[in-house]
Amino acid sequence: MKVERDKQRELLHILEENSRRSAETIATMLDTTVEDVRETITKLEKEKVIIKYPAIVNWEKVDADDLVTAMIDVKVTPKREVGFDDIAERIYRFPEVQSVYLMSGAYDLSVVIEGKTMRQVAQFVSEKLSALDSVISTTTHFILKKYKHDGVILEQPEDDKRMVVTP
Amino acid sequence: MSMSRVANRRLSRTIQSIPPSGIRRFFELASSMEGVISLGVGEPDFVTPWNTREAAIASLERGYTAYTSNSGLYELREEICRYLASSFQVNYNPDKEIVVTVGASEGIDLALRAILDPGDEVLVVEPCYVSYDPVVRLAGGVPVAVQTSIDQQFKLTPQQIESKITDRTKAIIFCFPNNPTGSIMTKEELSALADVITRHDLLVISDEIYAELTYDTNHTSFASLPGMKDRTILLSGFSKAFAMTGWRIGYAAGPEDLIQAMVKVHQYTMLCAPIMGQVAALESLRHGMEAKDRMVESYRQRRNYVVKSFEQIGLSCHKPEGAFYAFPSIASTGMSAEEFAEKLILEQKVAVVPGHVFGEGGAQHIRCSYATSLENLEMAIDRIDAFLQQHK
Repeated sequence: MKVERDKQRELLHILEENSRRSAETIATMLDTTVEDVRETITKLEKEKVIIKYPAIVNWEKVDADDLVTAMIDVKVTPKREVGFDDIAERIYRFPEVQSVYLMSGAYDLSVVIEGKTMRQVAQFVSEKLSALDSVISTTTHFILKKYKHDGVILEQPEDDKRMVVTP
Repeated sequence: MSMSRVANRRLSRTIQSIPPSGIRRFFELASSMEGVISLGVGEPDFVTPWNTREAAIASLERGYTAYTSNSGLYELREEICRYLASSFQVNYNPDKEIVVTVGASEGIDLALRAILDPGDEVLVVEPCYVSYDPVVRLAGGVPVAVQTSIDQQFKLTPQQIESKITDRTKAIIFCFPNNPTGSIMTKEELSALADVITRHDLLVISDEIYAELTYDTNHTSFASLPGMKDRTILLSGFSKAFAMTGWRIGYAAGPEDLIQAMVKVHQYTMLCAPIMGQVAALESLRHGMEAKDRMVESYRQRRNYVVKSFEQIGLSCHKPEGAFYAFPSIASTGMSAEEFAEKLILEQKVAVVPGHVFGEGGAQHIRCSYATSLENLEMAIDRIDAFLQQHK
């Protein structure tokens, strides 16, 4: 059983690194059968361990002004019974919201918004977010440059600095 | 060629007796070409993990730029002892039984210079790292090759040792997990050697630089076998397991008399290993185990991929259980390893190292390092496949 769990973890590492690896290659890497890999992946997808296979896009390379990202610190009043979950859900249902986290410390929710322009983000904050009953205050931080995103360094991939043949 | 055979009175006879490295030519060939995929690199494809690099930078900022004690930073020696005890069940005293060296390579030199008198014979278990034979000569010894072979998965047997013993045999040097074959020796297989080694009172230089890189079983240190610690110099270092080749930090562990003799050579030739690298090595031992485990996992996956792929394209390849080399046989092509490697790079731009440079036993093999990205491995396999088709 232990071995199986370790292999499952390894498989997840492989997919996290490159989700387009073929089942054939992964089977060889893990010294198991293609069917086994396919079955495990299907199982992990059903269990929502694997949620989605998105591409990490460096949008700055496509069009520098295409998108504006802001991180918003939101203070809210929690509600009886549902605590922060209810207000979090009201916020994360907006399609322009990329992520929502409940935080410890000076504020409650950290909300990441993507918009086409700064004005659009500002509008969302003042008209949608601040207008929610439970929201006490918001502080908006615009992201100026992305260096690393989801574990991937966006600029300057490290090249191989080794000599071509060594003993 | 003829130049090298003419005695140069300015050079010692010893140095003139040592041929140039067989790898050099392939390095030059590969370096002169564009678009080469190299399976010829004997070092990790990972950059040293950032916490280790950062620790070294911080130490420079705080002014750690001086010599250390000859044997190395005491804290590092202590940490090495703890690590050897917990990982390989061998116990050493940090005061007298450890010396931090400039790579395990320096350790090989120190060990041989500490134990050899002129004419002493050293059994060199081949195929092996290219330095053993010349370094024995430089230390005044006489290297005697012991060939392991593919028939026994390149493992060493007591009979192979026995057949090369003379009354001048002083020591034996071997490396498991092995560069270039990837073979390992299990506890039982090593135990089978203890008797012949004890009977002939041999010293053992056990190069265990690849100890962390085993993929099916845990490494057994020769020094951990009953009674063997007192006759063994264990050599290892940070290059392979912690992706720190360029830092040049290794160590030797052994009984006090041998280690202190090595310290004598080390203090007069090297003084100490660079402090910056020692600080980095300390960080790797304290906080680098998880990163190491991830690297090992990745090598194992690539090992599985490469071995299976060689089989599929018709190159017979025993399963390497350690290090990061596959050592397939090219006997079926009818070419020598050198011819194969040279044609392969010229025709398909894949660099491998012909096995004969590691000793006679490797003459029908090529060493392929899988310490490169899976994408590179996939392309290399395709190209080797095309090469084999063309030379059917």
